[in-house]
Amino acid sequence: MAITKDEIINSLTEVKPNILFETNEHRDELTIIINKKDILELCKFLKEDIELEFKLLEDIAGVDWARRKNRFSVIYHLFSLRHNFRISVKTDVDECDCSIDSISSVFKVANWQEREVYDMFGISFKNHPDLRRMYMPEEFEYYPLRKEFPLMGIPGSNPIPKK
Amino acid sequence: MGLEASLGENSFFATTVDALVAWSREYSVWPMPMGISCCAIEMMAAGDPKFDIARFGSEVMRFTPRQCDLMIVAGTVTNKMAWVVKKIWDQMPEPKWCIAMGACTSSGGMYRSYNVVQGIDQFLPVDVYCAGCPPRPENLLNALIQIQEKIGRSKAKDFPNKLPELKIIQNAK
Repeated sequence: MAITKDEIINSLTEVKPNILFETNEHRDELTIIINKKDILELCKFLKEDIELEFKLLEDIAGVDWARRKNRFSVIYHLFSLRHNFRISVKTDVDECDCSIDSISSVFKVANWQEREVYDMFGISFKNHPDLRRMYMPEEFEYYPLRKEFPLMGIPGSNPIPKK
Repeated sequence: MGLEASLGENSFFATTVDALVAWSREYSVWPMPMGISCCAIEMMAAGDPKFDIARFGSEVMRFTPRQCDLMIVAGTVTNKMAWVVKKIWDQMPEPKWCIAMGACTSSGGMYRSYNVVQGIDQFLPVDVYCAGCPPRPENLLNALIQIQEKIGRSKAKDFPNKLPELKIIQNAK
């Protein structure tokens, strides 16, 4: 039982009229672009709607656009096992208010994925149960995938043992 | 059956303690397999019957550092992992040797990056560097032979004749 992109868009506008969104299609993949305040509600809708059932959160990605006004993007890749259908949800995060609602109350797996985004970009997730660094040491002060971070790191920030 | 049969019952050798100890160390090098990434697969291949590291007396891969003479660091050492490698190295008893296996371990390799140690000789005394990405098992055996030659040349005065100072590592709790 396949589902079409129009059906998703229609059911979203019908059930959640308060969520403003744009759509984008590239290589047959649908992207929904929304404001960051609606992310929790949208993810909950996509997961729990009986027609859609996007039950699998495949990944959360961050993007640093460097000079853009809303500097960061956070992209959620969702997958519907029932319809064999992929969708991405894209939101923008500004550098001044570098935070977004955590969706780990909806998807358990988002716990670690959000920690990874926090580790690499410094985007803090509100109401996250355990927001610690994922890969870098706890005492590391920088965010390595931000554009201003030099390739070889900042000397002394990530120490190795002495000889 | 062997030498003892042809030499007879009351025969003896005259040698130095240094030579005897070095000879016995040389052919019983017990490796610590510090397999961190893909080089570890080639290290395992060196242990299989085709390449057979047992020909050199090194088939006893010990998974506790307290029983090892040789650390084979096989894989990319990140800054976070470096502390673990160093901790294991410190637990190995003297005398001990180290092979840096593969490009990543020797120089950082293709990971010219903020989180990979650019050569483990920054924090470990490396004896033999083994080139390749990953090196063939023959290449690792060659490195082992070079280590054996080095051990064969060693004398008792090369090693510190006292116990190292113990640093007791306690948990933060």
